[in-house]
Formats: sequence, C-alpha cells, structure tokens
Amino acid sequence: MGLDFLTYGFMQRALITGIAAAVCCAMVGLYLVLKRYSLFGDALSHMAFGGIALGYFLNVYPIWTATAVSVSAAMGITKLRKSTKISGDAAIAVMLSSGLGMGVILVSAAHGFTIDLFSFLFGSVLLTNTSDTLSFIGISGGVIATLLVFRKPLLHFTFDEEQAKINGVSVEKLNYLFIALAAVTVIITMRLVGILLISALIVLPNITSMMMGKGFKKTMIISISLSVAATMIGIILSYPLNLAPSGSIVMILVAMYVGTLLARHAGLFSKKAVLQEIS
Amino acid sequence: MPMNVLDVENVSASYNGALAISKISFNVREGDLLGIVGPNGAGKTTLFRAILGLQNYQGKIKLFGYEGSQYASLLPMVGYVPQKVSLEPNFPATVYDVVEMGLLSEKKLNKGAKLIQNCGCCWNRIFGTSSKNSEKIEKALEIVGLEPLRSRRISELSGGEQQRTFIASALVKEPVLLILDEPVTGVDMEVQNKFYSVLRKINKENKITIIWASHDLTAISDHATKVACMNRDLFFHGEKDEFFSNKDLIKTYSESAMQMHMHNHSHEV
Repeated sequence: MGLDFLTYGFMQRALITGIAAAVCCAMVGLYLVLKRYSLFGDALSHMAFGGIALGYFLNVYPIWTATAVSVSAAMGITKLRKSTKISGDAAIAVMLSSGLGMGVILVSAAHGFTIDLFSFLFGSVLLTNTSDTLSFIGISGGVIATLLVFRKPLLHFTFDEEQAKINGVSVEKLNYLFIALAAVTVIITMRLVGILLISALIVLPNITSMMMGKGFKKTMIISISLSVAATMIGIILSYPLNLAPSGSIVMILVAMYVGTLLARHAGLFSKKAVLQEIS
Repeated sequence: MPMNVLDVENVSASYNGALAISKISFNVREGDLLGIVGPNGAGKTTLFRAILGLQNYQGKIKLFGYEGSQYASLLPMVGYVPQKVSLEPNFPATVYDVVEMGLLSEKKLNKGAKLIQNCGCCWNRIFGTSSKNSEKIEKALEIVGLEPLRSRRISELSGGEQQRTFIASALVKEPVLLILDEPVTGVDMEVQNKFYSVLRKINKENKITIIWASHDLTAISDHATKVACMNRDLFFHGEKDEFFSNKDLIKTYSESAMQMHMHNHSHEV
C-alpha cells in the first residue's frame, strides 16, 4: 500500500482539474466575498445547471451551454440590477431559482435522457476525462491571467467603486469582465465539488485567509494555498477512505476555517501583528 | 488672468428625490483655495458628486472649459476626499495599497495633462516630473505622516488615520483640482494643523486649485482665499474678506453653523 493510486490516470486528471479550479475559485472568491457577493457563485452554478440540462436536451457539449447560459444570465442580472435597483441578495435569489427551474423543466421534459444528476449536484472530479482536463487547464489559465492583469483595478473597484470611477477605472466594463470570469470559474468548479458546494470553495479559503491580518496580495496567496491544499488532500484521502472527494474538500476547508478562528481567538495573529508593528 | 478650472452654470440636482441644489452658478480659477460653507444638508456633497460625474444634474459643468467626453477624460486628474468612506471590517487592503489606487490610470492622467496643456495651462507636479510611482506613494505618505503605518490594514486604523490615507491617495496622482469634503472631520488638532499647512503649500507652491467644504469657519478664514456659502441655493461667492465682513452672514449661513463659529472663537479666547 502506498500512494500507488496516484499513478492512475483518473487520479492525476482529478488532481490537475481540482488544482485549476481551486486557484480560480480562491482568486475570484476574494473579490466576491469583499463585495458581499458570497452567494453569487451559488446563483451562477444553479444557472449553469440549467445550461447543462439545455446542453443534454439539445445534444450539445454541456460545458459550452452551461458557460453560455451562466455568463449571459449573470450579465443580464447585473444590467437588471442596475436599471431596477433591486438588491444584490434578491438578484441572486432570482438567478438561483430560475436556473434550477429551467434545469428541472428540461430534465423532466426529456425524461428519456440519462443525466447523472447526482454528479452535477455534488461533483464528479474522478470522472474527468482527458479532453475535459485539457479544456479546464486552458480556461483556468485564461481566468488566472486575466485576474492577474486586472488585479489592481479590480481591488480598487472592490474597495470603493465611486472613487475607482473618479480615478479613471472603467468600472462598468470591469464589472462585466469580472462577472464573466466568475461564471467561467463556476463552470470549472462545478465538476470538482458540484453545484451545491461551490460556495464553500469561493467563501471558506477567503474568509480564513482574511482573518490572518495580512495585506491584499498576501491574503490572496494564502487563500490560494489553502484552497489548493484542501483540494489535494481531499482528493487524495477520498480514494483510500472511499469518501466523496467534494465533501472531503469542503470539510477540510471548514476545518481550516475553524482552526484559524480558534488560533485567532488564542491571540496568535494579533500577537504577530503587534510584533510586526514594533519592529 | 488665471484660467477657469471649473465652471458651474445653473446646476440643479436632487438627492433621494428632493431638490438638493438649485440653479447654482460659480467658477473656480486656477490657484483658488475655495472654502465652501453651509449647514448639514446644504447640498455640498451633492454639488461635489455632480462635479465628479457621480450624480445626475441639470445645467452645465465644465473642467478647463471642456464638457462631455473631454470632461470625463479630465476627471482622473481631480482628487477627491469624501466625507466618510464605509469600510468592510476585514478588508485586507493596506495603507500602501489604498494610496496606490490613486495612481491606477497613468495613461488617463497623461491624456488629461495634454488636454490641459491645449488650453494654455500646465500640470503642476507636486513630486517632480521624474518621480517613480513608488516614490510618489512614499512622498504622499510622508505628507500625511503615515509612513510607519504603510503596511497596516486600512480597516485596522482609526477614523482619523483612515482619512489621512484617503488624503494621500488623492494627492499621489498630483491632481489639478482637489475636492475635499470635510476632510479633517475626526482628525486630531495636530494633524489638522499639519493638513492645513500642506493644503496651503500645495495651493501656493504647486498652484493646485482646491475646493474644500468645512464647518470650521476659523479654518476657512485662516486658509481659504475665496468663500462660497450655500444652503441649496448659493448665497455668496467671492473673496474671503468680503464674506467675513458681510453682516448678512447670519441670514445666509444657518444658525447652527453660526453657533459653531462662536464656539470656535470662544476656544481661541
């Protein structure tokens, strides 16, 4: 016994897909959490579910229909939110239920086709095939590169939208770009943890790293590290213990959050901050 | 004759459905340090938001004589310190990160500088033309006395320190027009005095035009060169001495502001 199972193709594909999704989620998630948009990922994933059902219904590669549906729905909702001034949480509720509603109708209308509903709801990273893995690597590379290029305007926009506008940041265009990146991130993460657990990967690593009292760049690096570590440990442990990888990843992230909370409560981070200040 | 940096012509705007400013007209000339006084709810912030393109309004506003898309190109050259910024309690941006935000659109700043040169003015640099961005940030931090706190999270600072960070963020881009909305509210006297001396220095030496809203009539009388007094309508706009010798001050300025004036003077005695 050992880690022989890591030489299996499906395990390697799962790890690569998992890491790609974990990095994107942590990066996009930090901006979402700071904008108080934590549940936006959930809403997008429900829209994506509708898109996947549409793909199966139309006999098109479901990842593309899921991307098209969630990106256009997210853009539409952003525009609607601006013009009707409905609140963020209400907009999320609209997206969430309409995506799921559409999915359920399509699944029931075409009761002949066999979608593995469970794998979309709770993830199926071990079933990722080579072509999916390659598309995910390409897509996540694009998401990460775009986020790195726009990291400073995105931070400014997240910190204070009006001041960013005055300082010459094209706030509206940036908002649409970011929404599209978030939608694409959700699509690749859906395979890892499923529709119902996406919020965990978006929120948990970020609220954990934010507790450590660091600046923006370090907070993002810590968040990415936590997210990647939890994903790798979760996938690796799930095989010998015969557990669901998605649930394992999420529970490891929860443990990290609780551990950090306790450490902070014990004064670990505040002491460091004081020492830093003295030096 | 100095050029007009800002022309406000017959500007009206609403806040939450109610008329907040009504047909206001005034201009600000290059090098002015204009103090705007008016009671709470007088429409000072609404006026600033209209100038900054954050608020719909009727009438005309021109920057260096420009309107429309050229006006929008010049906006990044305007520094703005709002009255209050609400911050997320755990927001991980450091003081340095926030000051750096002022320098985000260098291309737009240069485009704005060209427009200003076209109308015969120049971009008066505070930090010298050869300064790198990191040097500008350090110098802006030095002006507000925040160098030791540069790596601290802004959300961990006191209200006064946060306000100084926003002042540094507005100064770092070397604005042609600086708009300050009660900038030293919640800041201690020592920093207030330092701030006022910085204000005078960049106004006199770097010829940066400043519009500054305040309730502190003593500070206005000590530092401003011109005064505007408003309470939805504009009651007065002109030289400082003319304002302070005006016996109708009580009528034009609200009773509460007057009480503040008396209060400040009683402190001096």
